[in-house]
Amino acid sequence: MEKAGVSTLYSLVIMGGSAGSLEVILKTVSALKTTIGFSLVIVLHRKKTSDTLLSGLLSTKTNLPVREIEDKEILEPGTIYIAPPDYHLLFEDDGTMSLDYSEKVNYSRPGIDVSFESASEVYKEKLITVLLSGSNSDGADGFKIVKRGGGTTIAQEPATASFPFMPQQAIDYSSPDFILTPDELVEYLNRF
Amino acid sequence: MISDEHIEILLEDLLTIYGYDFHYYSKASLRRRITRLYTLDKFMGFTEFRHRLRSDKNYLQRFIEEITVNVTEMFRDPGFYKTLREQVIPILATKPFIRIWHAGCSSGEEVYSMAILLKEANLLQKSLLYATDINPGVLETARKGIFPLSNMKQYSENYIASGGTKDFSSYYTCMYDRCLFKEDISTKMIFSTHNLTSDASFNEFDLILCRNVLIYFDKELQDRVLTLFDSSLGVLSYLALGSKETLKFSSVQNKYKQLDKDKIWRKLV
Repeated sequence: MEKAGVSTLYSLVIMGGSAGSLEVILKTVSALKTTIGFSLVIVLHRKKTSDTLLSGLLSTKTNLPVREIEDKEILEPGTIYIAPPDYHLLFEDDGTMSLDYSEKVNYSRPGIDVSFESASEVYKEKLITVLLSGSNSDGADGFKIVKRGGGTTIAQEPATASFPFMPQQAIDYSSPDFILTPDELVEYLNRF
Repeated sequence: MISDEHIEILLEDLLTIYGYDFHYYSKASLRRRITRLYTLDKFMGFTEFRHRLRSDKNYLQRFIEEITVNVTEMFRDPGFYKTLREQVIPILATKPFIRIWHAGCSSGEEVYSMAILLKEANLLQKSLLYATDINPGVLETARKGIFPLSNMKQYSENYIASGGTKDFSSYYTCMYDRCLFKEDISTKMIFSTHNLTSDASFNEFDLILCRNVLIYFDKELQDRVLTLFDSSLGVLSYLALGSKETLKFSSVQNKYKQLDKDKIWRKLV
C-alpha cells in the first residue's frame, strides 16, 4: 500500500468525549490560540438529530474555522473539525478523512476507539489523543494503540469530569501519558 | 496482525483470481474491515488467511460480505425522503415512464422505501427500480423482501417523519419475527449484481440513488463512479447521495445544482 510521506501531514489532535464533555470542549476551544499549528478533531457521542447545532455553538466560541466533516474532507492546520453523528470517522494516508457507516462499536457511532486507532495508523507520533468526561468505556482500547504507535494520550482528570467513568477506565487500563485538568489541557495544547 | 503489505497482497489476489478490484477502496476502511475479519475468523496467521481466500470460493463470498458495509435502513434520514416526496417525485410524475437506479442497494431497504413513495404518489405502475450491488448475498435478501420485525418500529417512525400518512404496517405481513413486504411493492424492482469499480452504465435514468457507498471509495474511484452516474443521467435528472457525501471534490460538480441542503443534485447540462 502506498504511503504518503508522513512528514507532509500536520499534527493532529483528537478529542473524544461523551456525557458531560461538551462543557470542557467549549472551554478548551474558546481558550485555544488562533495560531495553533495542528488540526483539532472532535469526536463526540451525541444524538443523530443534533447535526449542525454543535458546529454553530463552537463557532461562537472561537475565531478558528469550525467545520462539520464531510466525506474526504482535507485536514488543515488551525482548523476545528467535528465528526458528524451516526458515522465512524477514519483517517487516510493523504490527509483526508473518510466516513463509515458500519456497526456501532462500544454502543457508539462515532466510536472514539475507531478514530483513535485509524488516526494512529497514519499520524503515529504526530497524533495527540484526549479523552474527556463520559459514562462509557470507549477510548481506552484506542489509547493503547495510540501509545504503541508513538502518539500521545491525555485523560481528563476524573475529579474534574461530570462523568468520570470514561477517563478513569482509560487511566486504569491504558495508563495515559498525562492526566490533566481542563485548564492544564488548554495550556498543553497552546504550546503547539 | 495485518500490515499494509498484507492488504496489498490480498488485493492483488482478489483481482487476479476473482476479478474483484478493491485497490481504489478507502485504505482506512480496508485496514479496519480486513483486520476485523481476520480477528473474527480467528486465523493463526496471514498465510492461512491468504490461502483460505485464494482457495475457498465460499470464503470469498464471506470476505466480500464482511469487507463491504451492509448497514442500511428504511427511510434512512427521513428528511431526505421528505424532500424526495415533496420536490423530486412531483417532477418525475410528469414523465411517461420513470427509471430509477439504486446503486449499492445492499439488502434493499431503501429500494422498498422508494417503491412505497412511488406507490403513494400513484406512480409505481409506470416506474422501474433497478437495484444493484457487488454482493450477491445481500441481493438475495433484497429480492425476498423479508426484514426483521425488530426493525419495524424504527422504520415506521422514519416513515412517518418522511411525511408518510398511511399505516406503515399495511405494507407487510409478519410471521414470527420476520416481515414480508407485499408483492405489489416489489413488483417493479429488478435486482442484479453490478460492480461500480468495473462495470459500465446499463441504461439512462431519471434518478440515481447511491447513498453511503462512495464513502468506502478513495477520491479517484469516487470520481470515476460519479462520471459513470453522469453518463447514465439525462439532463434534468437527479442524483442522490448519503447525508455526508458531496460532489464538491469531483470533476462533475459544475454540471449539477444542489436542491436546498439535502444531498440531491439536479443535472443541468
